[in-house]
Amino acid sequence: MLRTVQQYLVCQPTGALPRIWGCGEKAWNCWVLLFVSLALFGCGFESRRSTTSLEPTSAGYPEGTITLLAPANPGGGWDQTARQLQQVWTAEGLLGVPVEVVNRGGAGGTIGLADLVTRYRDDSRMLMVFGQVMLGAILTNNSPVLLKETVPLARLLSEYEVVAVPPGSPYGSLPELMAEFRRNPEGVSWAGGSAGGIDHMLVGLLAQAAGINPSRINYIAHSGGGQAAVAVMGGHVTAGVSGLGEWKGHVEAGRMRLLAVSAPERVGDGMVPTIREMGLDVAIANWRGIVAPPGTDTDTRDWLINALSDLRESEAWQEILRENEWEDSFLTGSDFDDFLRQETATVDMTLRSIGLVR
Amino acid sequence: MTELSPLLGNDLAGGFAAALEPLNLLFGLVGVTAGTAIGVLPGIGPALAISMLLPVTFGMDPVGAFILFGGIYYGAMYGGSTTSILIKMPGEASSVVTALDGFEMARSGRAGAALATAAIGSFIAGTFATVMLMVLAPALVELALEFGPTEYFALMALALMSVGGLSGGSGSKGLVAILGGLALGTIGIDVQTGQPRFTFGVPGLFGGINVVIATVGLFAVGEVFWFAATSQATGLRSLPVDAWVKLNRQDWRRSIPAWLRGTFIGFFAGVLPGAGATVASFLSYTVERRMAARPELFGKGAIEGVAGPEAANNASAGGSLVPLLALGVPGSGTTAVMLAAFQMYGLQPGPLLFTQNSNLVWGLIASLYVSNVLLLVLNLPMIRVWVRLLQIPRPLLFAAVLAFATLGVYTLNNNIFDVGLAYGLGVVGFFMRRHNIPLAPTILAVVLGPLLEQEFRRAMSISGGDLTVFLERPVSAAILGTVVLFAIYPVVKRSVEERRES
Repeated sequence: MLRTVQQYLVCQPTGALPRIWGCGEKAWNCWVLLFVSLALFGCGFESRRSTTSLEPTSAGYPEGTITLLAPANPGGGWDQTARQLQQVWTAEGLLGVPVEVVNRGGAGGTIGLADLVTRYRDDSRMLMVFGQVMLGAILTNNSPVLLKETVPLARLLSEYEVVAVPPGSPYGSLPELMAEFRRNPEGVSWAGGSAGGIDHMLVGLLAQAAGINPSRINYIAHSGGGQAAVAVMGGHVTAGVSGLGEWKGHVEAGRMRLLAVSAPERVGDGMVPTIREMGLDVAIANWRGIVAPPGTDTDTRDWLINALSDLRESEAWQEILRENEWEDSFLTGSDFDDFLRQETATVDMTLRSIGLVR
Repeated sequence: MTELSPLLGNDLAGGFAAALEPLNLLFGLVGVTAGTAIGVLPGIGPALAISMLLPVTFGMDPVGAFILFGGIYYGAMYGGSTTSILIKMPGEASSVVTALDGFEMARSGRAGAALATAAIGSFIAGTFATVMLMVLAPALVELALEFGPTEYFALMALALMSVGGLSGGSGSKGLVAILGGLALGTIGIDVQTGQPRFTFGVPGLFGGINVVIATVGLFAVGEVFWFAATSQATGLRSLPVDAWVKLNRQDWRRSIPAWLRGTFIGFFAGVLPGAGATVASFLSYTVERRMAARPELFGKGAIEGVAGPEAANNASAGGSLVPLLALGVPGSGTTAVMLAAFQMYGLQPGPLLFTQNSNLVWGLIASLYVSNVLLLVLNLPMIRVWVRLLQIPRPLLFAAVLAFATLGVYTLNNNIFDVGLAYGLGVVGFFMRRHNIPLAPTILAVVLGPLLEQEFRRAMSISGGDLTVFLERPVSAAILGTVVLFAIYPVVKRSVEERRES
């Protein structure tokens, strides 16, 4: 039996076969191979244990390094937020400890969330950037891990959404575009980020406000705002939706035209009208914040919230908000918890109307 | 940018002045050295390396930082060929095709020549790509924007056709390899609907099968398993090493056109956001095989099969800087991290960057020329050292490879699940070897499958389900026409030959 298996594996019909598969006289070779790989596996586990065994002291917190988990690949909004936080914290020395950023991208941030909840439980030096998009992703992906398990710290910033069209588009204003949308909902293609994300939800809300069945929208999902921008700039879609900061450069370069912004009032230089001005009662913002892993005690939580408040007060952070066209929407404590509950309900409702969540 | 053309000489001179400053030169040297090392190590790619370096470069002058990043990018694209050629273990998807003929060359004692054609090809491709980046960027941006879902779909279909040449003898085994790769590619969250597919509730699979994990698992881990199982039967003899590294006259004659064609293909594939280095290298291999005087040599150590794809993947790095610099849209994983770096410095890539931060842009472009020279100077002598790797007893060498592969895969996401996945795919790779199923088509299918599917669905969604869009748009119609020609050419050729014989 063993011999047959051996013959199958090594393609040797007959003849000299090793006594032990693969390991004959030169068995040490295989042992080297085995030990090196085992050692590596061991290292992987060992280093993890050493980070979790350092218990934070409630008085002198933090000890060691604070790690910011960006649940996205480099270049996106969450990654940018994490890196800007790191920059301010490091440059201003607000925490007194080193800060590092790790990326754990994919699936609307739910992979990072799963990591935080399962692997970094009780390790309150691992903080994660999260935001509106994650709420949607948890619902559409049927994520087994829920945000409820984490300890929310603060909402840091909000970014408004914009509706844009290619430079050669026949639609000069949002009402013109919406008129076509009403006439032929499927004929208007909308480019934006991941399915069920904030971009998708804005289109759903626009449809609802205009009396169009949201399940009829023709949404073309892309893996990021950059890809969606190419679809708009090349004129491959009717319109596109993304964050104001992300598409600002393309608008300045004349490669796309803004029709409206999703803010309650005009922002920046006030050149772009709001959606509300156009007679549609829609205003949403893509917000981002910070959560701590499950098991973070109250002392540590309060310490971290204080640290985030200090950060918010700093001139360096305010400068970063201005540069990126991010709104300062700092919110903590029970207000933030209430906001999260309410936001989760809104997201759930919107996604159900689009038909992404059943 | 177009109006800058008369000033181009001036700007470039300024750029060279910046790039040749001692400190920046040092950054360039560190970049290409680190990049080459990163390329050689399986799993760790330039994107990961640059993102790890981002915090370190906070306090640095942006020009220096981007010179470092550019060096890493070009260095890594070259370095990937080394393990492909020497031990048939590509660390990145873009150097998978190099292994097909590169390793065969090494096996027949021509490892030095294979590495040399890769190094010189990378130099030529990198230099020409930088020239094209400088001169053609504005025009190419318009071309890239013309590419919509239909054109991408057509291009991906063309690339997938190219695997016909990779399946060796058996068509059905090649088909098994492709279908297996396409199936692996469907795992993960579907972009269009956000629904998980074939993930079985495992969060580690939500992001899909990472191409690096597939490459390292099927090739490196699988090869180690295969070696461990068969070494007793086949012997532990290390590979012969050629005494001289130089390319002979015939090598040059066969390499030069391959380098130039590879550069051209690679650069244009790089310009298109999303197409990238892997598509470029596979397309280049196909073109070389079709144009070769003796296509039967491919897969048995044809030097064109190394020269073309290696030039192509380096040129694609230059090409992918076009949408990044001129449009502010990343064309590859590495340029996405570079975009993050721009954001960190408060810079917005795009047309305005050329006017507002011209010293940065021209410094970066000039440094790419310098990096290329450094790469060649550094790596041609290094070939002698690399070739020595083959003299290491293979059990030791393979143990080290397995260790680095494990480390590289783990570093991707700091997740032990990925390591398990790579080992699982290693077992799959083992059985594919056992049954002579080619591995390269599987990797290409893993890369192309999701793109092919998403672009097709985007095209269908935009057109309202009208299939004729693929033929209405001239570029996609032309590419799909080529696909059809490729498909029927062998059949027609065979029937003509049969008729002639009878």
